[in-house]
Amino acid sequence: MSLQATTSQTVGPFFLIGLERLFVDNLAGPEASGERVEIEGRVLDADGQGVPDAMLELWQANAQGKYAHPEDTQAKNVEPGFRGYGRVPTARDGTFRFTTIKPGRVPGPEGKLQAPHIVVSVFMRGLLRRLITRIYFPDDPANSEDFALNLVELGRWGTLVARKSTKRDDLLEWNVVLQGSDETVFFDC
Amino acid sequence: MPDLPGYRRPYPGTQPNYLHPPYVSSIKRAPSRPLVYLPHTLSEVTGPLFDSSVLDRKACDLTRQHHGEPLGERIIVSGRVLDENGRPVPGTLIELWQANAAGRYLHKVDQHDAPLDPNFTGCGHTLTDSNGHYRFVTIRPGEYPWKNHYNAWRPAHIHFSLFGPAFATRLVTQMYFPGDPLLPFDPIFNCTADEKARNRLISVFDWETTMPEHALGYWFDIVLSGRHATPWEK
Repeated sequence: MSLQATTSQTVGPFFLIGLERLFVDNLAGPEASGERVEIEGRVLDADGQGVPDAMLELWQANAQGKYAHPEDTQAKNVEPGFRGYGRVPTARDGTFRFTTIKPGRVPGPEGKLQAPHIVVSVFMRGLLRRLITRIYFPDDPANSEDFALNLVELGRWGTLVARKSTKRDDLLEWNVVLQGSDETVFFDC
Repeated sequence: MPDLPGYRRPYPGTQPNYLHPPYVSSIKRAPSRPLVYLPHTLSEVTGPLFDSSVLDRKACDLTRQHHGEPLGERIIVSGRVLDENGRPVPGTLIELWQANAAGRYLHKVDQHDAPLDPNFTGCGHTLTDSNGHYRFVTIRPGEYPWKNHYNAWRPAHIHFSLFGPAFATRLVTQMYFPGDPLLPFDPIFNCTADEKARNRLISVFDWETTMPEHALGYWFDIVLSGRHATPWEK
C-alpha cells in the first residue's frame, strides 16, 4: 500500500492559539549537563524587515550526543528532564531567543560523527511549507569535517554557524534570512 | 551505530512551492536560492515525542472548555493518521486551532469585524490511539475575509499540526469542508500542481461518525512521510 503525504499548508497568522501551549524557550532544565548557551537572533524578510509572526522549532541531542528517542541506539544515557525540544515565537521586531546546552556529536553517514548542531524548522504566515536549517557552533574544530556543512559552499557557512556575541560569553547570535545576499542555507530534508 | 533508513521525499506536485505568487505573503518570505539536498541522519529520523503527560483530556472537545456552549454548528472531526506505507501512526500529538462560528480568531492580530465567542477558544489537542485514530468535537468554523487580494475570503478550515515519529515527519496542514464555494478562489488551498493532492485536504461528510440528534461527522485522514525500507535513500 502506498499513499502520498498530505499537502503542507501555512500556519497562518494565528498559530499562537493552537501552538502556544508547547512553547519551550529553555531546552535544558537545571539538572541537564553540558555547556549552557543562549542563542538569539532575528527572522528577516526580503526587505530586511523583522518577521513578527514566525515560529522556530528546535531539536537537538544532549551534551553526550544522545537523542531522547528510541531510534538512537547508541550506548549513551538519556538524561531525565532533557527532551531536546524547543519552540519559540518571534517578537514584533522579528527577534527570538532560547537557552539550551551545546549538544554533543551524533553519528552521521558511514559512522562518521557530525559536528554539534541543532536542527531547526521555521514556520510563518507566507510559508506554505516549513523551512529546515541547522545551527552550528562557532570555533568548533569538528565543523570543517561535518558532512552537512560540506554539502554547502564555504561562502555560505556563516549562515549556519552561530556567532559569539560581543555582549556576553555565553550568548550566541544566529539569524534566519529568508532572501538576499545573506540568505540562510535551507535544506531539502 | 549502523546507518538508518531515511524518510520518503514528497511525490512531485503534491507539496507547495515556497514561492506561490497568488499567495502574496510568500513573495517576500520564500527563499530565492535552491534548497540543499540533505540525506537523513540520526538528527532527522529522531524527533520530539509527547506522551499523555502533556495532555489535557478536555482538549479534544472544543465545545466543553468554558461554562457555556459555543455558538454555531457542533461537528465531530475524526480520522486516522497513517504513513505513506499505509501503517497507522499511533500515539502522535495533534494540535489544532480554528476560527469561531462567526469567522473570528481569538487572537489580537485578528481585526475582522465579527463577534468573539466567550465560550469558544478554538484550540485543541489529542494523541492518536493505537490504531492512529483521532477524534475532536468542535464547531464548524466560519469563513472570513483577508487582505491577500480584492474581496478575498478564506474557505472554512481547521489548522492541524502533527509531529509523527521523527523530525522528518513534521507536518502542518489545513482541513477544508466539502462543497465550500470559496475553495476554487483560495490561493492557499490551490497551492499544489497536483489537483488530487489538494482535494485530499477536503474532509468527507461521514454518516458513521455523525451522532443522531447531536452533530454531523467529518472524516479527515492525514498521511505523514513514510520510511524507506532499506538504508540510505541516495
